[in-house]
Amino acid sequence: MAEMDTSSGGGHKKGPGVKKGKKLSTRVDLTPMVDLGFLLITFFIFTTTMSQPTAMPLNLPKDVDKPDEQNKVKESAVLTIMLGKNNQIYYYEGMDPTKLQSTSFKGVRDIVLDKKRRTDPADFVVILKPDQDATYGDVVNIVDEMKIDDVKRFAQVDISPMEYSLVQRTEQANGIH
Amino acid sequence: MGRAKLPRKSTNIDMTAMCDVAFLLLSFFILAAKFKPPEALKVTTPNSVYTKMVPEHNVLMITIDKAGKVYLSVSDNNSAEKQEIINTINSQKNLGLTDQEKGFFSRLPTSYIGVPFSQLKPFLDKMGVPDGLKDVVVGGIPVKDTLNNELIEWVRAAMTAFANSGTPMKVVIRGDNEAKYPSFQGVISAFKKNDLLKFQLVTSPVSIPTGTELWKANQNGTAKGVS
Repeated sequence: MAEMDTSSGGGHKKGPGVKKGKKLSTRVDLTPMVDLGFLLITFFIFTTTMSQPTAMPLNLPKDVDKPDEQNKVKESAVLTIMLGKNNQIYYYEGMDPTKLQSTSFKGVRDIVLDKKRRTDPADFVVILKPDQDATYGDVVNIVDEMKIDDVKRFAQVDISPMEYSLVQRTEQANGIH
Repeated sequence: MGRAKLPRKSTNIDMTAMCDVAFLLLSFFILAAKFKPPEALKVTTPNSVYTKMVPEHNVLMITIDKAGKVYLSVSDNNSAEKQEIINTINSQKNLGLTDQEKGFFSRLPTSYIGVPFSQLKPFLDKMGVPDGLKDVVVGGIPVKDTLNNELIEWVRAAMTAFANSGTPMKVVIRGDNEAKYPSFQGVISAFKKNDLLKFQLVTSPVSIPTGTELWKANQNGTAKGVS
């Protein structure tokens, strides 16, 4: 297939005195071309399927002004996670923000799972409070972490000034600017 | 003596057929590939384990860039809605936009809004020129100030436009990893003011870390929500 018929006259005998042309093989080694072809295929497959963005659904609760209509949570079943500067995470259990502890995105999974194990699944709630210095990426990462840790109930709430000042003080003490 | 000689066979294989197949596949993938539309706003999205695809049609997209500036755009095939949005804003705010300027927003496929109402007219004029916005620094739609959150009115105009045309609007936020939280907060507070409580965040897919709860659930085939 990859060669051409170079013999002239199809086996027809030439007369005397006519010089025979040298038969040159036209066979081309196609192996590098095949290599190139498959390389390009691999490249195109990777670039097309890998770059498809995905969507993370997020549903917000409706703002309720009256305190008696708000959702109640059990104090013992609450884990509050606050997001601060430099991808730092601050968390406390229950309702006392002064028991604040700090961790990072690497350590947060163990903390969530530990709390989850110790509490009744029906009551377990994680409250996410990003502060002014947190990034959008952190917020998405922590919501994703909830998905990874299979936390059914989590809520995103604005940080209170008291908690923010506590986070700032901890940041200063830890030397994070 | 007397040993039968095995005929030597050539080890050359005819590569032509394989080459044909390779290039056939190659041309198929090139033709089947959908090219990325040129993006006017560069954003690095965060990663997540969610695998649902981002919707492409009837989308109201809010983009938050690296600096936390907020932009609004509507998917290409909704030019009627785009026209209505810009008409509503124009008459509400008495901006005095000409039909041509409105057309720049409603007809151009990559059009977006990234300025306060007061600067909308010159902004649209620049958008009409090819590459007119290339070197222009825009301030984004103001959202961080709760008293002057202009996105509320944009979202309201978009919701009305989509409701009038009877198409369900999908709301998508495409935010940059580095954008600060107050911008995002401003965007969701604008949504809440309009009772818009369901939306989607654009992320890049990553695989689920092995050994985690979700991974175990997926192994058991009991996972919900993902995929």
